[in-house]
Amino acid sequence: MTDSMLSGSFAPVLPEIFLLAAACVLLIADLFVKSERRTASYVLAQLILLGCALLTALVSTYSLRRPVYAFGGLFVGDQMANLLKLMAYLATAMALAYSREYLLDRKLLKGEFLALLLFALLGIMVLVSANSFITLYLGLELLSLCLYALVALNRDSAASTEAAMKYFVLGALASGLLLYGMSMIYGATGTLTISEVAQHVAKLSGNAAQRPFLVFGLVFLMAGIAFKLGLVPFHMWIPDVYQGAPTAVTLVIGSAPKLAAFAMAMRLLVNGLLELAVDWQQMLVILAVLSMALGNLAAIAQVNLKRMLAYSTIAHMGFMLLGLLSGVVGGNWRNAADAYAAAMYYTIVYVLMALGAFGVLLLLSRAGFECETLEDMKGLNRRSPWYAFVMLVLMFSLAGIPPTAGFYAKLAVLSAAVSAGQVWLAVLAVILALVGAFYYLRVVKLMYFDEPADTTPIAGSGEMRLVLSANGLALLVLGIVPQPLMALCFAAIKAL
Amino acid sequence: MIVETAVFYLFAAVMLIAGLRVITARNPVHAALFLVLAFFTASAIWLLLEAEFLAIALVLVYVGAVMVLFLFVVMMLDINLERLREGFWRNLPLALVVGAIMAAEIVAVIAERYFEVASQAPPLPAGYSNTRALGMLLYTDYAYAFEIAAVILLVAIVAAIALTLRRRKDTKYQSPAQQVRVRPAERVRLVSMPAEKDR
Amino acid sequence: MLEWIVTRPDAWFGPTWGPAVYAFVAALVFIVAIMIPLFVAVAYLTLWERKLIGWMQIRIGPNRVGPLGLLQPIADGVKLLFKELILPTNADKQLYLLAPVLAITPALAAWAVIPFAPQVVLANINAGLLYVMALTSTGVYAVIVAGWASNSKYAFLGAMRSAAQMVSYEIAMGFALVVVLMVSGSLNLSDIVNAQAHGRFAAMGLNFLSWNWLPLAPILVVYFVSGVAETNRSPFDVVEGESEIVAGHMVEYSGMAFAMFFLAEYMNMILISTLTAVMFFGGWQAPIDAPLLERVPAFAWLLAKVFVISSMFLWFRATFPRYRYDQVMRLGWKVFIPVTLVWLAVVGIWMRSPWSIWS
Repeated sequence: MTDSMLSGSFAPVLPEIFLLAAACVLLIADLFVKSERRTASYVLAQLILLGCALLTALVSTYSLRRPVYAFGGLFVGDQMANLLKLMAYLATAMALAYSREYLLDRKLLKGEFLALLLFALLGIMVLVSANSFITLYLGLELLSLCLYALVALNRDSAASTEAAMKYFVLGALASGLLLYGMSMIYGATGTLTISEVAQHVAKLSGNAAQRPFLVFGLVFLMAGIAFKLGLVPFHMWIPDVYQGAPTAVTLVIGSAPKLAAFAMAMRLLVNGLLELAVDWQQMLVILAVLSMALGNLAAIAQVNLKRMLAYSTIAHMGFMLLGLLSGVVGGNWRNAADAYAAAMYYTIVYVLMALGAFGVLLLLSRAGFECETLEDMKGLNRRSPWYAFVMLVLMFSLAGIPPTAGFYAKLAVLSAAVSAGQVWLAVLAVILALVGAFYYLRVVKLMYFDEPADTTPIAGSGEMRLVLSANGLALLVLGIVPQPLMALCFAAIKAL
Repeated sequence: MIVETAVFYLFAAVMLIAGLRVITARNPVHAALFLVLAFFTASAIWLLLEAEFLAIALVLVYVGAVMVLFLFVVMMLDINLERLREGFWRNLPLALVVGAIMAAEIVAVIAERYFEVASQAPPLPAGYSNTRALGMLLYTDYAYAFEIAAVILLVAIVAAIALTLRRRKDTKYQSPAQQVRVRPAERVRLVSMPAEKDR
Repeated sequence: MLEWIVTRPDAWFGPTWGPAVYAFVAALVFIVAIMIPLFVAVAYLTLWERKLIGWMQIRIGPNRVGPLGLLQPIADGVKLLFKELILPTNADKQLYLLAPVLAITPALAAWAVIPFAPQVVLANINAGLLYVMALTSTGVYAVIVAGWASNSKYAFLGAMRSAAQMVSYEIAMGFALVVVLMVSGSLNLSDIVNAQAHGRFAAMGLNFLSWNWLPLAPILVVYFVSGVAETNRSPFDVVEGESEIVAGHMVEYSGMAFAMFFLAEYMNMILISTLTAVMFFGGWQAPIDAPLLERVPAFAWLLAKVFVISSMFLWFRATFPRYRYDQVMRLGWKVFIPVTLVWLAVVGIWMRSPWSIWS
């Protein structure tokens, strides 16, 4: 890597710069918005996201062939980063559309909410494009700090405050572990730049005296990654935070940050420490098995829908790992692009599913009423056949039933695992997925075969209904025609 | 050289004792003050290493601002010391084991590189200012990271204000400007009444 | 004779420890040479304060002890020295006694980097400005610790107020220093003084128009007023506020312990005045280039400037009523910090523009 390649210009960082400036503008402009509905701020936020998407599309034409670096190698713009950023904009825009009415009803729709959401998105972008431990860590902190604040935003609620406190304390601990791991790797390799770490690791990993330190550092990095992804045994925060936070914020936490966590795993493990794949794949196997088992089994026992979806997140992230852990077989990485692309596809699809599922919860909630228990789903078909159908698609997709996108995502990671020779793991995953199907289908049963306990007509603004319907249909379409998105993921991974 | 070594060990000893007292002091205010002492000695050790900017920044930021607010909070809280200390001895063995492993790993990683080479860094050229050197590095190579750190601080401010700002309805705030601009006509209604007739 | 003294440490302690002992003793001599005049200055500043405020209020002021009352500070000192040191019930004894020490140490230590004349400075370190800031920022511990250790409501309230106030004004003060640092291009206080000797007016012999006070006038105001707030002087003395919380953190102290707080306060006043003189009024430089003025020793100019500026502190006290606490905070956060931030940008752009006067 030559200096000229590393220096570059500011151009690749344009979306980040734009978002930062625009978020500051929004923060100030909102002070002058008088209306309770904050229409101007809301529209501005959506326009900012649109602007980011256009800029990213523009910037991505520069990095089609090979990654571009900026700011002395602290920043990397490649296809994976661009694709994940675009998905993050989409997820954030959808989250905004879903949560608007809910937040209005609870008087939480303030300029700070929008600004924190955009800053969190900035954190995601920094994290996704990090080519140095420093930027990776800073992006992670920026994202986490915004999320802690968002969880606590409804400060009159004891549950929210408690959730924020737990999230904050555990998050700080995880950051500490991650930093400690980074410092170990830095001590062994003498560099913080991830692409240079890879070169040093390639030299060092054969050295029997140095390898233990690399692996030791890797353990701590893994703890940090597992915390962000919410993998067992670092999952303790997920159920409490998902349940305690206002549903709109749960939606935010459960969607775009998953993309960031995936990118973080890719940057650290694949970009930086691919030479140690033998070691980290074993760790991922353990994390995957534990997460799928605990996530699926614990979800069955939940009455609270938000908590159920929290455990389902844990299980899904475990499932996603099947892709990450089957890249390298016996020192050759012919399958790697397939496997990682499958994991990426899985993550993106999962984000869409989470958005939809929490979106339905938001749709059914109204002023003074939180839709969050299984009871509240009873007889949805009677109240609104269309949204019951959307929820049906979402639940089928989460359970992995064809022809939804969830099915294809599961299929892709399973086939990656099988072709990596992890047959027993694939079988176990299928069994646990079947266990998981039970609680998703229970929701479907409640919607279609039970009498509604509550017959209030479903409110929700026009845009929300539109986006939610599109969300459900998208999962159906992606299940029937998965190739385009899969091809994008594959191209992104291939270009790494 | 031997003098500097002696001074180093003096500071190091003070720092270790202060660090130990942070976790063993019975009174949280004492613990916080010991932490301040530990910061001070750490900054003195940095001065010995001729890293004057870092040393002074440590005192300025941590001692001068962060710990002041920390003390502020600690003094305000009514902490139940007994309950706070319950788990200390029970968790000590585990903590010692973890600490020992970490220390051993650090030593093992660093040992080869630092303990065997001469521990004396080459003297810095005359007129070398590490404040300037650090500034050059921060604003060129690490400008991106520096800016993100700034954004994190901005988010911290926004978050802190969003979480704590509560508009009180019962404040009796007076605006001197408004008071000055008051016109009699707005305050007093002059009613013209017909004079009463003599009786 | 001088050579004999200089070689003694090597002769007595050997080549290893000799230089260290020499450096130590030499530093000690310099420190004493700074401290003794400083203590005298503090003593007579208290007298000057009472006299000046007396005149302003059409009174005579102390005139009983010695001619014109000149021995008054000594009488005060002796009185305080022999008073009993009272330890309140349930006070935290160690911290209670530590607090006065914490007050006076930073007040003294900051003097190490003050340049009194060209080349006359105890420690000519690169980061002098930062060093002063760091040390003055630790002065707040004395107040907090004193307030907490006294085990008294009033003392504690005073401590809480001061913690908030001093941390708030430190920010504005720090930004003001950043602007000075920008135009001087150095953190070294001697360099800051020297940098003020250049410019169009200095070339014409009118040095005083080239000093920082003119182009950085808003910063000077912010810095000086913040300095008044940092030293908890009137009109920002809500920390002591004798009409509401008696004497704040000092309410329980007596005798020498109280005297140390008192000393520290006046020493900090002189320090802030000196820093203002050094950073904004050309330090030891003469106001105009005239052959006659060059005969005056450099130190005398600094002394004269410090005298005028510290008299301002006293003038404030005689003139202004005390701020209300929320007004103190509002001034710090909503006025000074924005002013400094804006002026920081203005100066930054100015320096980069073709009209820059700092090249």
